[in-house]
Amino acid sequence: MDRYDTIIVGAGHNGLICAAYLARHGQRVLLVEAADAAGGLASTREFHPGFHVAAAHTVYQFSPQIAKELELAKHGYADSGKPLSTIGLDPEGNHVAITAEGVSGVDAEDADRYRRYRAELETFRDALAPFWMKRMPGIGGNSAQELLTFAQLGLRLRRLGREDMLEFFRVATLPMRDLLDENFANDRLKAALSWDGIIGGRLAPRSPNQSVLMLLYRLCGEHGGQHVVPQAGIRGLIDALVAAATGAGAQLRLGAAVKQILVEGDESGLRATGVELASGERIAADRVVSSADPQRTFLELVGTRHLEIGFSNRIRRLRCEGYVAKLHLALAEEPRFRGLEQADGRMIIAPDLDAIEFAFDDAKYGQCSSDPVMEIVIPSLREPALAPPGQHLLSAHVMYVPARLKGGWTADAREALTSRLLDELERYAPGLRKLVLHAELLTPADLETLHGVTGGHWHHTEFAIDQLLMMRPTYEAAQYATPIPGLFLCGAGSHPGGGLSGAPGHNAARVILS
Amino acid sequence: MEHTDPFAGERLKLSPFHARQAPMNLRDAWSSWNSYKFADYYYDAQYEYFCIRNTCGTYDICPMQKYEIRGADALAMLNRMVTRDVAKLKLDRVTYCCWCTDEGRMIDDGTIFRLGDDHYMLTCGSPCLAWLRQSALGFTELTVRDISEERAGLSLQGPTACAVLKAMGLAAIEQLKPFGILHFDFRGDTLMVSRTGFSGDLGYELWIDRSLALDLWDALYSAGEHHGIHPYGEAATNMARLEAGFIMPAMEFNEALKTVNFQLDQTPFELNLGWLVDFRKPHFNGRSALLRERDKGPKYTLVKLDIEGNKPANDAILYADRRCKGEIGYVTSAMWSPAAKANIALAMVRTKYLAGDIFAEIYYPKELRPYRKVARCTVRDKPFWAPARTRQTPAPDR
Repeated sequence: MDRYDTIIVGAGHNGLICAAYLARHGQRVLLVEAADAAGGLASTREFHPGFHVAAAHTVYQFSPQIAKELELAKHGYADSGKPLSTIGLDPEGNHVAITAEGVSGVDAEDADRYRRYRAELETFRDALAPFWMKRMPGIGGNSAQELLTFAQLGLRLRRLGREDMLEFFRVATLPMRDLLDENFANDRLKAALSWDGIIGGRLAPRSPNQSVLMLLYRLCGEHGGQHVVPQAGIRGLIDALVAAATGAGAQLRLGAAVKQILVEGDESGLRATGVELASGERIAADRVVSSADPQRTFLELVGTRHLEIGFSNRIRRLRCEGYVAKLHLALAEEPRFRGLEQADGRMIIAPDLDAIEFAFDDAKYGQCSSDPVMEIVIPSLREPALAPPGQHLLSAHVMYVPARLKGGWTADAREALTSRLLDELERYAPGLRKLVLHAELLTPADLETLHGVTGGHWHHTEFAIDQLLMMRPTYEAAQYATPIPGLFLCGAGSHPGGGLSGAPGHNAARVILS
Repeated sequence: MEHTDPFAGERLKLSPFHARQAPMNLRDAWSSWNSYKFADYYYDAQYEYFCIRNTCGTYDICPMQKYEIRGADALAMLNRMVTRDVAKLKLDRVTYCCWCTDEGRMIDDGTIFRLGDDHYMLTCGSPCLAWLRQSALGFTELTVRDISEERAGLSLQGPTACAVLKAMGLAAIEQLKPFGILHFDFRGDTLMVSRTGFSGDLGYELWIDRSLALDLWDALYSAGEHHGIHPYGEAATNMARLEAGFIMPAMEFNEALKTVNFQLDQTPFELNLGWLVDFRKPHFNGRSALLRERDKGPKYTLVKLDIEGNKPANDAILYADRRCKGEIGYVTSAMWSPAAKANIALAMVRTKYLAGDIFAEIYYPKELRPYRKVARCTVRDKPFWAPARTRQTPAPDR
């Protein structure tokens, strides 16, 4: 039987990054992935003959440090090129556009306020930025390293100056709505700006908790929160990560679903010793690193019998229901949106904050909204290879769609939602329906089945103040090590979270190598 | 017009033995235990205590919590929950055990009865269903059922206990070993007898369907008529268990799930129950924390104290010198022991002070006026009451 230093469960971007770092340090690393392609939620798949798409359709916070350290440029990951502008769509074509330069389509006061708003967020973002790429200190941990991290955080916030620091504490956990109402008048602008604070979570503009913190997290990467489609597409990023990992010597086995993480015990306690695949094959390793979500890792792959009782129940209580569905349209030709020369941005359908809130209200009670809100990208405009020549594809994140729909995801329920979404799109892009060659709707339940992520949640578990930083996913497992010696976490359920930043994979590798 | 009781939900429940016990409670000395009306004593606690030590007495354990745990995962679930190795428990045997939080703080102690291949009964002093539910997460071949209401339990303790059961016709009961279980036909049902108890003396616990509780009582009291059988309450049981060195919740330990202040609960090592913690098991709840505690040594240790004089040291604070400078511990339970003819106590003492002098600062009343004395304490390793018959098989008649 082959023996590895480390087996990594799941070849999503975090698994690949962790594998690459470990392999570069000379470890024998095996990555096992249930799907037939690497990439997890960022893997590109053919959803209609000739049409390809990934669940994640843009990149906005990928760590430049990781790109540099893993020499991703050598492996074909070119910098992403021109960011997508964010466009708050208007059915009449009076759009609001947000770019790196500022906003257009709003009055002078909003445009002026936007500059100050952006500058303030960037100040806060910069104060927090170093902590996304660090292991968080354990609660009650008093090691020099842990105290230093706490001290650094305190110092960086203090260095903001008294007023900015107080303002940071005031806004960090504000609902998006309060922050935006304080600053702007234009409804469409407010709705578009709220988007990155709430998408992917069980949050709406009025939800208290951490949506501003989420926004700051999303502003922290290479692109300063601007969404991009990398030059070689999402596919190019994943291919580069695969090349970086395998190039460093890591082995990648696709189509190898893990049935259980093997845990053995004797008088010196328990230890993770390898994995058993669905095929029954057992592979031994000195340690196992799981990029699967915390519930799947602990409750299914490890099993509660090897865990502490309180800990198991904290994992059970993690909030892991995703509320974002994915709509993929194969289009006969380039779609035209009213008032846009080319639909080359990240377009948001949400007329105002209430529209988002009401859509959430429906989903909270297990229903699909009659007026869904969504984010639309035409990835084939940036990466033509995703569709046959001359043809295009539309990719949309649709909120809010419950994983557990009342009455279940029957064929009728899917058909009704798809049809509703096409009607809504038609209002903004007249004639679009006629271009549709094929429509695919992936509910959060489908994303769960397709990618093995509990609840189809983008971040594996809610990005919320009680599940963040040194509480992510929960204490006793928030520093990548787990209560079981030899078992580590490296996925989006660990600090800092998901969103194609790569930070959890990087941080986990650092802990393992230290 | 029908009268409805506005306090119906607040009234204490009545034990299946209540109809017999109530007329014997001459002093109406009731308190409560797990929302059952429960006798503190019946006539006189000292008298009842002497019944336990000289003849025998019955103690109503219906309010005790009883859980039936069945299924292919029953052993795995229990073995992960408690610190002792339940895999070693044989059929028709009982084991004393305790269970802890993830942090190794003691939640409760109790007994596990092995009644079949995949069939156990867990008994304990406080409701534990919520913790059992949490402990059951991830175990699919498992049912946990609260059988506290349907199973009646009666403890029979004292030197003549075996003789009474023999007189009742329980064949070969004297051959039952400590912590063993026997089953007998009783009125078409099964009477389960375990050689267990909380008195430190020869004793048994009788378990039966609640519908047969009064029949059992009558048969037992008829057989025990000439063996000095008498019911006893909480006060006498507290005296007997203190002489035996057994711990009580809310006295020696604070149940961890009910403790408000961080770490004002205890670990098994602090309670001198390290022998219940089996580190040969690869995993059980609290193992890592308890391993650290074992290696570091507990901050406090529960000890038995023999205190000079005859003034019970209730609530006394302990010091390393007679001038009472610098506290080193506190008394958890204290009494004058009639059996040992000694002033005894259980106390939590800072472990590092155990080897030195220990003094108790005792306040005691005389004609309403309080007096203070400082008394030297001696640590005792053995229980104050541990007669040979407790462990003998066959059990003697008295």
